Amino acid sequence: MTPRTRAVFRKELRDLRRNKFIVATMVFLPVFVILIPFLSVLGIKPGDPESTVRNVIGGASLSFFLVPLILPTVIAGYAVIGEREQGTLEPVLTTPVRESELLIGKALAAVVPCVSIAYALYVIYRVWVVSAAAPIVIHLVDQPSQLIAVILFAPLLSTFSIWVGLAVSVRSNDVRVAQQLSGLAVLPMLGLTALFSFRVLTPSVGLALAGAVLLGVVDLVAWRMVSALFDRERILTRYGSV
Amino acid sequence: MDAPAIRATGLTKQFGARTAFRDLTFEVGTGEVFGFLGPNGAGKTTTVRVLGTLIRPTAGSAEVAGVALGEGSGQELRRLVAVMPENPGMYLRLTVYDNLEYFAGLYGVPRAQVRERILSSLDTVGMAGRVNDFAGSLSKGLRQRASLARTLLSNPRVLFLDEPTSGLDPVATREVRELIEGLRTSGVTVFLTTHRLDEAERLCDRIAVLNTTLRVVGRPDDLRRQLFQSAVEVRTRTPLQDPAALFGSIAEVDGWSPDGDGAYQVRAKDLDTLTPKLTRALVAAGADVLRIAEVERTLEDVYLQLVDEDVEVQR
Repeated sequence: MTPRTRAVFRKELRDLRRNKFIVATMVFLPVFVILIPFLSVLGIKPGDPESTVRNVIGGASLSFFLVPLILPTVIAGYAVIGEREQGTLEPVLTTPVRESELLIGKALAAVVPCVSIAYALYVIYRVWVVSAAAPIVIHLVDQPSQLIAVILFAPLLSTFSIWVGLAVSVRSNDVRVAQQLSGLAVLPMLGLTALFSFRVLTPSVGLALAGAVLLGVVDLVAWRMVSALFDRERILTRYGSV
Repeated sequence: MDAPAIRATGLTKQFGARTAFRDLTFEVGTGEVFGFLGPNGAGKTTTVRVLGTLIRPTAGSAEVAGVALGEGSGQELRRLVAVMPENPGMYLRLTVYDNLEYFAGLYGVPRAQVRERILSSLDTVGMAGRVNDFAGSLSKGLRQRASLARTLLSNPRVLFLDEPTSGLDPVATREVRELIEGLRTSGVTVFLTTHRLDEAERLCDRIAVLNTTLRVVGRPDDLRRQLFQSAVEVRTRTPLQDPAALFGSIAEVDGWSPDGDGAYQVRAKDLDTLTPKLTRALVAAGADVLRIAEVERTLEDVYLQLVDEDVEVQR
């Protein structure tokens, strides 16, 4: 991380911490997300067929990907448009900071808290399942492929989500519109993770790793596209070279 | 002689079919305070953005702090200049210190020097006691001063100030002006855009008037002389009986015009020769002279003359 990226990262974290809307979203979305798997698993009755249990666990697992997918889009909305509205972006763009340093700093400041929250929720869920749930639930949840998927997919999904959010933010003029459009744009990714969570694709460590590689490639392509879109002139005026 | 701090040659910027400014050619000397005047929409802010490497020119070339504007030189140039936009652009949820610390990081100020540099910049703008205040709690004048402190963090060679006193009350305006005057002694080149002509007259070594194209560049005194012929204002208790004969009898008089009841403006190249002769002629003609004084032209007269000319041309 370059010193300038670190400066952007630190500033973004400080600013986000004091943004009541962001803080409220960061608290309430995870609470909502953790309730889904808890209530789903609690609703499983002894004697339920295995296919039903699998579906319930699949839905529960999927909910852990909501945080890294949705939360960054909320933050990204403020990253460019919020700054432009406040008039803070122009002074920043007059400094020697490179576009890439600015984008990576902003992305890290969104990804790090979102991934931390996702991991924390998963640890709570897994500890609770292992200590208190029925053996069939433990068997389905306590899978290495599931653990690897959460560990690898959370940062990769979060990164994808922040690039999409930044791309929309660069082209949009309204924070709320940008957040809603970004939310819609990342939904297909939720569909892909659903294939894994609901065992449409038989989960395995190999599949989780292959999925992670695929997501990594998608993130790379998304990064290249955002870099191309992030043009100082376009951001400050309606015109630009892109 | 020092190389100019800013040199623009045929600089042009178009947004689609609209021309922001066209064919700007001028130089700003090192250490000079250069005023950039013009009506709304004249292209002042766009010029600052182009010279500050925020947007690309459509045509022409420019050099700022010895670095030519170009695709590869943006970062190098941004290390040498600082821009204070019209909007102070402070992060309202952060303290003044946090705001400045962020920019110190962006300018690459070594970590060991950050605190000292921030406190020194704030001290320069008289805000040393507001370090831990949230920017959102500051008045607009204080935010403007904090924004000026932010531009000083990197010890820039060229400082672009875009309407620095816009929207400020008279006290805050005076404070910001004093700060700009203070910068003159530090040797930094200041490129100042403003609507306030008295401000430009007081602060600037030279000014340029822009109205899409550059109308004039020069020292305020030179521009006054260039645009207006020197003249004497004559005021008498009662109107002169035959002013044409009286003024026509003096060889130095280039022309005259009535300026109200018993008031006249008499034009001449050399007022030092004209004034004693005119006084004697008036006394000899039996006029009760109330006032004979040189007509003072302000920068506002120069500005309005140029802008009015443009309006006439557009009609």
